[in-house]
Amino acid sequence: MVGKIMSKATAKYIINGEKGKWEVVIGLEVHAQVTSNSKLFSGSSTKFGADPNTQVSLVDSAFPGMLPVINEFCIEQAIKTGLGLNAKINHYSVFDRKNYFYADLPQGYQISQYKNPIVGEGEITLDLPDGTKKIGIERLHLEQDAGKSIHDLDPSNTFVDLNRSGVALMEIVSKPDLRSLEEVNAYVKKLRSIMRYLGTCDGNMQEGSLRADVNVSVRKEGDVDLGTRCEIKNVNSIKFMQMAITYEAKRQVEALESGKKIDQETRLFDIKRNETRSMRSKEDAHDYRYFPDPDLLPLHLDKKLIEKIKKNLPELPDQKKERFIKQYSLTSYEANILVSEKEISVYFEEVAKKSDKKLAKNWIIGELFASLNEKNISISDSLVTSKKMCQLIDSISSGVISGRTAKDVFEIMKETGEDPKKIIETKGLQQKSDPKELEKIIDKIIFENKDKVDQYKSGKDKLFGFFVGQVMKLSGGKANPQLVNEILKQKLK
Amino acid sequence: MSIDKDKIKHISKLARILVDEKKINGLTKDLSSIFKFIEQLNELNTDKVEPLSSILNKPLRSRKDEINDGKIRDQILKNSPQKNDKFFVVPKVIE
Repeated sequence: MVGKIMSKATAKYIINGEKGKWEVVIGLEVHAQVTSNSKLFSGSSTKFGADPNTQVSLVDSAFPGMLPVINEFCIEQAIKTGLGLNAKINHYSVFDRKNYFYADLPQGYQISQYKNPIVGEGEITLDLPDGTKKIGIERLHLEQDAGKSIHDLDPSNTFVDLNRSGVALMEIVSKPDLRSLEEVNAYVKKLRSIMRYLGTCDGNMQEGSLRADVNVSVRKEGDVDLGTRCEIKNVNSIKFMQMAITYEAKRQVEALESGKKIDQETRLFDIKRNETRSMRSKEDAHDYRYFPDPDLLPLHLDKKLIEKIKKNLPELPDQKKERFIKQYSLTSYEANILVSEKEISVYFEEVAKKSDKKLAKNWIIGELFASLNEKNISISDSLVTSKKMCQLIDSISSGVISGRTAKDVFEIMKETGEDPKKIIETKGLQQKSDPKELEKIIDKIIFENKDKVDQYKSGKDKLFGFFVGQVMKLSGGKANPQLVNEILKQKLK
Repeated sequence: MSIDKDKIKHISKLARILVDEKKINGLTKDLSSIFKFIEQLNELNTDKVEPLSSILNKPLRSRKDEINDGKIRDQILKNSPQKNDKFFVVPKVIE
């Protein structure tokens, strides 16, 4: 995902049906796991990958008489995220019970927030190839995660692991503002990036730290009213979101064109069959009978706490982008790439501060990203550390090696993680920058190619390239190209 | 709100309480009268009154983000009707 560039301008997602054009409207409910040591209402650990049911307290397993006590850090994390989304922080919010039965929900209800969420309306700015677009945030609320059901360990039974039960989640609900698969991609990435900058969610989709319910509806192009939507539950990667939306939008158009109505329902996305299906068991899913949890008092937030968090907010992607453009003379496009992940922005800045900033951006966006994509690793796993990248760039700007040779050095660095200086020394790759030495080579070439020299002098300018090539060949590619140009020009006058 | 037979069936389904078909009529009557009693409150005008979530005028008690619980798997699983070494075991639930 690092540094990959979206390919096309983001046109609206339009389906050409038999009876006209249909516009696809998408909204996302992202469930982001709050980064915290312990759970939202208990002191058990949230660490991923522990032995089943070892991170479960009597509260998480809903033993009778147990009372939830809220984790104050999770509250701060939600406020922080709200501020990062330019959203209104509500000074008064309430925890409600959302009632439903499922094997991995021991309480029989999820503690969530319904009427009064901790965070209200906000917005996210998407950076798209053809400009920016603002996507509205409807709300953000805190809630508990459920446990995990494992269906494939036993032929006739389901196993339940409650380690995740009670872990704090932020549900972030967008307005139905998304109009294309590219926008969905940009939205999830931007949201993830903001939370990673803030340190409020690690955004690890493989570990389920970021999942989404996808709301899809279609309407005739030009219509103002929204169509009836379907909610596709629990999709855990951007690719699957896009696949589910594509299938679902097509299904809805086909249904509507054949005179059927869309039922507002909950559907699941079957990855293997690449289709969405109605979840019969969730027929009554929208009848959650929310009511204020009598075990918890309303949450009153102190203005001072919000101000304190505001003051200590880190620099966020949008601000960093503006600063990078000014400070390092980047284009908006380059800045978008370099701030897309916190780790990338840190790496870039470490290099650009100490070395030539233009070379820094070119080498990171070019060679480094190519190597990361090739190896499918993240920037923090690259063997070419920012320090080594500095050394490499310094050897280019100080004339020790040419840009061309640097590419060869980089090829070795990315495989072995060796010091560029060491590679240059042991392989003898230093540029020949001694004018006297170069003159000798040039004299020899001029002497051996008298006919070409005459042709050049009589106006065949193109031959200059030939002489440069000969010098490079004879010097084993190590001659300083700039110097070669200068000396050659003088000698061929 | 009127309570009819279907409502009783719906509520019992949501609550996972099996109601004997023979008792539905009686329950409908009982619940209707309970609702009627409660609905007397509707006579009061509450247009400008915020819903009350708690009668205690106290701040929500909170705790620090510390790990001080868990690691009691044996105790957690002890009362489960069906279990193995590590998991709660329930009849297959799959979509």
